[in-house]
Amino acid sequence: MADVERTGATTSSTAAAERTAGEPAGTAPAGRKRARLISGPGLLLVWFYGVMVVGALSRSVYEMSTDFGRAPLAYALSALAGLVYAFITYTLVRGGETARRAALVCCAAELAGVLIVGTWTLVEPSAFPDSTVWSDYGMGYVFIPVLLPLSAIRWLRRAERDTATA
Amino acid sequence: MLNALTLLTGVAALLLAAWCGWAAYRDQPTKDWHFIGMAVVSVLALAQLVTGIVLLARGERPEQGTTIFVAYLLGSFACVPAAGFMSLGERTRWGSVTVAAAGIVLAVLEVRLYDIWGG
Repeated sequence: MADVERTGATTSSTAAAERTAGEPAGTAPAGRKRARLISGPGLLLVWFYGVMVVGALSRSVYEMSTDFGRAPLAYALSALAGLVYAFITYTLVRGGETARRAALVCCAAELAGVLIVGTWTLVEPSAFPDSTVWSDYGMGYVFIPVLLPLSAIRWLRRAERDTATA
Repeated sequence: MLNALTLLTGVAALLLAAWCGWAAYRDQPTKDWHFIGMAVVSVLALAQLVTGIVLLARGERPEQGTTIFVAYLLGSFACVPAAGFMSLGERTRWGSVTVAAAGIVLAVLEVRLYDIWGG
């Protein structure tokens, strides 16, 4: 049950953060400068990142709490993936230039993670008695893990051009 | 009983995805009728959650474990309302795209729920 409660808390906290990030943007002078990263296509990105946070974290917490010894490497990698997703979700919701740069770095790390772990699982399956979120380039998640960082990097780079011209 | 609900919810979720996908294609935000559609799908997911809990209370056990089963029931219940609230703040086609994505995610969750319960 612990994993269920924890993921429930994650979703509600991101939703709350989104509300607080969305409202003061129009009123507070400090918030006005902070570029919104969740408008337009960014909203879809946040949705998919949110889904991946819940998916990866709940999965790894469940697997670790039931039988960690079976595949410690795979479960730890899933937890790491979940944390990276959670951080990117937070930066997207928060918005602003610093958050945008942090998100860009994390998306690059995420892409590297998917490619390295994906290749690793194919080359040496014996190291992974159980699959991770990033196994086979995220095939178990309809390749969302590999498509997500690519579209996020595209979106974040476009957001930079928009703020530069504005 | 649960499998019938799972099928019904999955089909409704796909219909919602197609409907909101159509709205996005026509460059429209989610409107009142879409929110009624989301409410219908959410009620189905809630009925599924309640049915699942009643079945568990009666002593029936899902094939792949109770924790995973309850986690998926909660996830499928939260899925569409979460996207609905997000689309409220985004009055463009991208709000519709997000709800359409939620419909597809819910349909996938229903397939997994079917497997977890054990046919």
